[in-house]
Amino acid sequence: MTEHKNRFLKYLREERLPHIFCPGCGNGTTINTILQGINKSNKDFENITMVSGIGCSSRIPGYVKCDSLHTTHGRALAYATGLKASNPKQDIIVVSGDGDGTSIGGNHLIHAARRNIDLTLVCINNDIYGMTGGQISPTSPEGTKATTAPYGSQDKPFNIAEIVKAAGATYVARWTTAQPVQLSKAIKEGLENKGFSLIEVISQCPTYFGRKNKLKTPTKMIQWMKENTIPIQQAENKTPEELKDKIITGTYINQPRPEFIENQDKLIREVSTIDPDENIRKAYGGNIE
Amino acid sequence: MTEEYFVQGNEACALGAIKAGCRFFAGYPITPSTEIAELMSQKLPKEGGRFIQMEDEISAIGAIIGASWGGQKVVTATSGPGLSLMQENIGYAAMTETPLVIIDMQRGSPSTGQPTKSGQGDMMQIRWGSHGDYEIIALAPSSVQECFDYTVKAFNLAEKYRVPVFVMADEIVGHMREKITIPDDIEIITRQAPEKTEDYKPYEAPCNGTPAMPPFAQGYNVHITGLTHNTKGYPDADDPKVHETLVTRLCNKILKNTDEITEIKSKYTEDAETIVISYGVPSRSVTTAIKQARKDDIKVGYIKLETVWPFPEKQLQKIAKNAKRILVPEMNLGQIYYEIDRVLGKTAKVELMSKIGGQVHTPNEILNKIMED
Repeated sequence: MTEHKNRFLKYLREERLPHIFCPGCGNGTTINTILQGINKSNKDFENITMVSGIGCSSRIPGYVKCDSLHTTHGRALAYATGLKASNPKQDIIVVSGDGDGTSIGGNHLIHAARRNIDLTLVCINNDIYGMTGGQISPTSPEGTKATTAPYGSQDKPFNIAEIVKAAGATYVARWTTAQPVQLSKAIKEGLENKGFSLIEVISQCPTYFGRKNKLKTPTKMIQWMKENTIPIQQAENKTPEELKDKIITGTYINQPRPEFIENQDKLIREVSTIDPDENIRKAYGGNIE
Repeated sequence: MTEEYFVQGNEACALGAIKAGCRFFAGYPITPSTEIAELMSQKLPKEGGRFIQMEDEISAIGAIIGASWGGQKVVTATSGPGLSLMQENIGYAAMTETPLVIIDMQRGSPSTGQPTKSGQGDMMQIRWGSHGDYEIIALAPSSVQECFDYTVKAFNLAEKYRVPVFVMADEIVGHMREKITIPDDIEIITRQAPEKTEDYKPYEAPCNGTPAMPPFAQGYNVHITGLTHNTKGYPDADDPKVHETLVTRLCNKILKNTDEITEIKSKYTEDAETIVISYGVPSRSVTTAIKQARKDDIKVGYIKLETVWPFPEKQLQKIAKNAKRILVPEMNLGQIYYEIDRVLGKTAKVELMSKIGGQVHTPNEILNKIMED
């Protein structure tokens, strides 16, 4: 029998496997679609840098064989903004979850979108805090249960894709882990978009969200996602009541506008003859490529 | 060629940063440090550098940490409330050994306090503000020239020891205007790129405790995390030995080099029965008062701490060994005083001279206190 090796294994830090994710977690599918997205895009894997905050999804960059910055809770986009501006040649993928990206990191999310800085954010939204053991998140649908909402959530959830679109992102798409082909295509498009891109991945956490909400197995969760998914084109003709708790998938925006670093470079060229790319070499006293 | 400027302390900090090779600033407006951000926004593009006004101080420090890993020399400037917001990420910078400079223009505190008045209330916050055991370096300028000099020095120390370095100025020196001289032969320390080997371990430290820093996007493929990590940089948060080895090294790379890092100035200490120890802006009044006292044949000397952290314990014990009385003027209700008392309290009577509200001690106040005994 020949051993089957995943074709993307070469992109992973094999010495760090097995990973820490629970059986049935959507993070595995997401890693796969990220690598497939890079593969399909016009970007070179050698140029990819990954940044994350804190949470289950934020552990993803640690398994990918590239420069990876695992930062503090909620701050991945702030770190990524500095990292990108310091050396714009990198293609940066930021991975966050719903808690990390929209709760503690919500302010950085809207400002990164406002600046339209060339970062690709993959926000894995599983409607719950997984790493800390199943607490309610800003995207938990009303009525769903969590360890800190034993009687069901009473708050209106965030619509991440709509918020980021409104804040000024130039590429926004939402797909579920049950749609890996569309997802990897969206990641490809996000990477190729020169500006701030959000790919919202509706994902399953069978361990905490599923167990608390009568969807105990990964298959049940995927089934639940499939049954509640509506393409964005169809959603246009439906009433808010009909769309309640539905997952509206598709491309929310794909419309370029001037990018943050490009604008800075334009200004630098107007006031200076110095090439910004020289600065790293100077910091290293010239002893770097 | 030597250059001369008549500038504010805030401007001198910005000029010092640029002179040291810094081409990246991220910050958030806050009184009384805002002029630093303003000047950087004007000057950096002309140097091919980048200025980013971030959405808050948390993202400001996040951005400079990110940019430091991108391979740039980086700085931010703030004051007490902003510094408080930065604390978690200062700990991240210490844990990941990210070189960066933070200029803190101290103001009346706590809380919003006195935005336009001076104080020295952040001295312990920078020492202990983030959770856990870690060490930082802090310099305290008392003049506009020192704002320039210490900012350059802060960058050199940050690069050499891969640690956050604080320039602990205050509203008075930040807004005061004085003539500064910029010589053309300033020593600038550059980063050393590590050697690319097959089994490269980014956190394997040489005997001085500080490994060379690999920039991102140069093929090192490093993983950087605030989690306890092994020499490879990978998370290993369960093994007590890995944690102990890492955190001890992070502290020792500073503490064991205290003599090399710290500088203090002293005068008239040999025969002094009383020594006044100060740092930052009160030092201006101290030197005036001591000169006057010496004219009156009073046996008094002074020590000025240029570096406050790591604390120059042994140097102080050596210089102040014959003193019977130590006076500590501080613009807070006692912060570095307790550290001085810990170090010199067994051989001398250490007395605190607190002054809060925004004004610095006058030379007369210090003189009167010297005469009191």
